[in-house]
Amino acid sequence: MIWQEIINGISIGGVYALIAVGYSLVYSVLNFSNFAHGEVLMLGAYVGFYALTALHAPFWLALGLAVVLGGVIAMALEKIGYRPLRLRKAPTLYFMISAMGLSIFLQNFTLVTIGPNFRTYPEVFSFAPLEFGTLSIGSLDVIIFVTTAFCLGLLTWFIYKTRLGVAVQAAAYNMRVASLMGINQDLVVSIVFFMAGASAGIAGVMFGMKYTVYPWMGALTIKAFIAAVVGGLGSLPGAVLGALLLGITETFAAAFVSSAFRDLFSFALMIVIIILRPGGLMGVLAKEKA
Amino acid sequence: MSVYVQGIIFLSCINLIAVLGLSLLTGFTGSFNFGQAGFLAIGAYVSTIMTMKLHAPFAVALASGMLASGGVSFLLGFPTLRLKGDYFAIATLGFAEAVRLLVENLEKVTGGSRGIVAIPTKTSLTTLVPLTLALVWLMRNYIGSRHGRSCVAVREDEVAAQAIAVPVFRYKQISFFVNGLLAGLAGGFLAHYVGFIQPSMFGIQKSTELIVMVIFGGMHSVTGAVVSAVILTSLPEILRAAAAWRLVMYGAAVVFIMVVRPEGLLGSWELTFQSLRNLGTGSARLARDLYSRVVHGHA
Repeated sequence: MIWQEIINGISIGGVYALIAVGYSLVYSVLNFSNFAHGEVLMLGAYVGFYALTALHAPFWLALGLAVVLGGVIAMALEKIGYRPLRLRKAPTLYFMISAMGLSIFLQNFTLVTIGPNFRTYPEVFSFAPLEFGTLSIGSLDVIIFVTTAFCLGLLTWFIYKTRLGVAVQAAAYNMRVASLMGINQDLVVSIVFFMAGASAGIAGVMFGMKYTVYPWMGALTIKAFIAAVVGGLGSLPGAVLGALLLGITETFAAAFVSSAFRDLFSFALMIVIIILRPGGLMGVLAKEKA
Repeated sequence: MSVYVQGIIFLSCINLIAVLGLSLLTGFTGSFNFGQAGFLAIGAYVSTIMTMKLHAPFAVALASGMLASGGVSFLLGFPTLRLKGDYFAIATLGFAEAVRLLVENLEKVTGGSRGIVAIPTKTSLTTLVPLTLALVWLMRNYIGSRHGRSCVAVREDEVAAQAIAVPVFRYKQISFFVNGLLAGLAGGFLAHYVGFIQPSMFGIQKSTELIVMVIFGGMHSVTGAVVSAVILTSLPEILRAAAAWRLVMYGAAVVFIMVVRPEGLLGSWELTFQSLRNLGTGSARLARDLYSRVVHGHA
């Protein structure tokens, strides 16, 4: 029973991890919570859905389209909503408000143009669960978990092993000094948003397959956001750790306490963590300088 | 006055009370509260339970809703107001969601997700309008006072404010407490105007709507809060046909304001007797000018 719950928790946590990484990436470079991230995920899910149903594209192509368009949309949003603020050195508060505005806009624009209907992905994979003795795992969960792990691996490789990745690390450490060292600030920010958007695109397709697609599905990412906060905003390993912890907390709360109170446990976990360790589990809290 | 116009006045006043508190906390003190709906919900539910289950007079019910919401924000302030920037917003967001989920699940007291219906509609314009105007006046004077200026100092630079001996934490706490009181009051009025309350009325959407009102009018102006609360409450009622596009335009407007004019519609401009007088003398001069041109044919 306990092992089964842990497996369920990890499979939920895996999807949260993919989204939480997007929140953390943006935070690490620009120091604000990108509330429009969920809407990129929603658009990615729609891209995947229409590629499969209207274009009859094979699954790998639909996934690829969602990844590329998710990344491009996120980059475009940065150019429209955040770049002018960044160039003006506006306070963080303004970034958050702008992000909130983008989120309201995208969500309702989709609602007005595409409509409020819930759409179900066509069946791409067979859904027979895999059995290991007494434990069972949904095959979709396995696919999602493997994809997530692959993407996180790719992201880690990019950030730690390539030249551009080192530039991103430098910018995350100190944007000003990095740009003095000849790192193109705008390029680094665009890359970061592309990576965040691309992972949101994948996560959108995964969410779409597991649940359904609808205009306000971006709100689901609030869980991933909690995970990023718990792990420490700005820290990628933290985001993954926070996501797995949150996934397991949720399944345990649902299994052993009450499924109605599951979300209450997530929010309580987050509030307790930011009160006890305001920087999150693995985050570094920047000291305010005089 | 038609019921329709009355309805707009009711909702404008109720939103304005909640926006006043948020304007003090977010606009003037600089703490981004993303969970105003949670405080609204506390005020609404506590006052409703007071009138319906304990048969308390309306004034007592309103006061207890206010105090409950204010008290909760006072206590919540201790751990959360020390958090920096984003994290405070996140904590308030989490708090509001937690309140909504609690209300949804404590079915015996709150009626669960179906809510409470047939609440006596005791909110009347004769109490609501004068009270709202009095609150605006009080807030205006508070902002103009030494304390208000200390709040602005905290918003502009916490470290610098601390350095000139402004008790940063205390001013944040006062703002948070006052915001809680006002949100609780607005919630009480709302419940006793609409006649029913449900957890879905107090979701993230409501918090967003209220914060948009603060930003739209000008984060650093009480007049701006008043103007935008009235405009943004009545506009969707007048433009019923465009109702679906309302939130699309809200979102676009917020981004546009942040990118082009972050100080909002009115910036930090305030409507005062002085500015009215200036306007008066200006238009009188204009009228005299026009009169002399038309009647005497002067060039």
